[in-house]
Amino acid sequence: MTIAWTAFTPGAALLGGLIIGLAAALFVLLNGRIAGISGILGGLLKPQAGDTAWRAAFVLGLIGAPLVYGLFARVPVPQIDAGTPSLVIAGLLVGVGTRYGSGCTSGHGVCGISRLSPRSLVATGVFMAAGFATVFVIRHLVGF
Amino acid sequence: MNIIFSGLAGLIFGLGLIVSGMADPAKVLGFLDLAGAWDPSLALVMAGAIAVGSLAFYFAGRRQHSWLGLVMKLPSARQIDRRLLLGSALFGIGWGVAGFCPGPALVALGLGELKALLFVAAMLAGMGLFEVLERRRS
Repeated sequence: MTIAWTAFTPGAALLGGLIIGLAAALFVLLNGRIAGISGILGGLLKPQAGDTAWRAAFVLGLIGAPLVYGLFARVPVPQIDAGTPSLVIAGLLVGVGTRYGSGCTSGHGVCGISRLSPRSLVATGVFMAAGFATVFVIRHLVGF
Repeated sequence: MNIIFSGLAGLIFGLGLIVSGMADPAKVLGFLDLAGAWDPSLALVMAGAIAVGSLAFYFAGRRQHSWLGLVMKLPSARQIDRRLLLGSALFGIGWGVAGFCPGPALVALGLGELKALLFVAAMLAGMGLFEVLERRRS
């Protein structure tokens, strides 16, 4: 293993992580809920009375974040290398997988580990391992 | 009131993703590529978020109601079953293919990235497929 020292951004990563933690903290202390993005988004597809507006508000907050960030600084442009077929396959897998697995990087990874939930610790281990393995196969075995 | 704070929480979450660099799939894939030039940044994002989160969930777990007077809705499921394992594995594969998980994809969508729109549309289709299969099961 070689560490990419030029790409490594420890300060920004830690600061951004603290801000993400603050969002999850406010959400559970004020709204009494887990800031799990796949669950919040997925719940919109099964609308129930009184259960839609807060979900939509959270999602709109996420989508609006670049706009607000842009008021203070230039938003870094994301580098999306995946092509159309990869994006479609990846999206389907993430959609189905997060719903069956009851969570993603936010719900299991951030909130679940913070709660020391055994389910979330296992889920995070599994999706991290699957992510490592997938990138290894794509970049080093198939050689894209 | 809770709807306003819900939007605010989503907004702060999104700002954190941008500041941390995690709204960029290339940076996420740099973390997932252990055998290449490895970028450990994502681990520090998790560490920072969990440090704050642990404190918050410690206090939240001792309360019946939130500061706004809402019932605490913390997950109570405990069983580690096939759904959890297989679902998480599928999610991890999809995460590794494009470098997007749900939050960063929504932030990139807000940047007007067409590729993010494509990913989010497919993700919603996958979530819709789950709902259909669940309804058929019951």
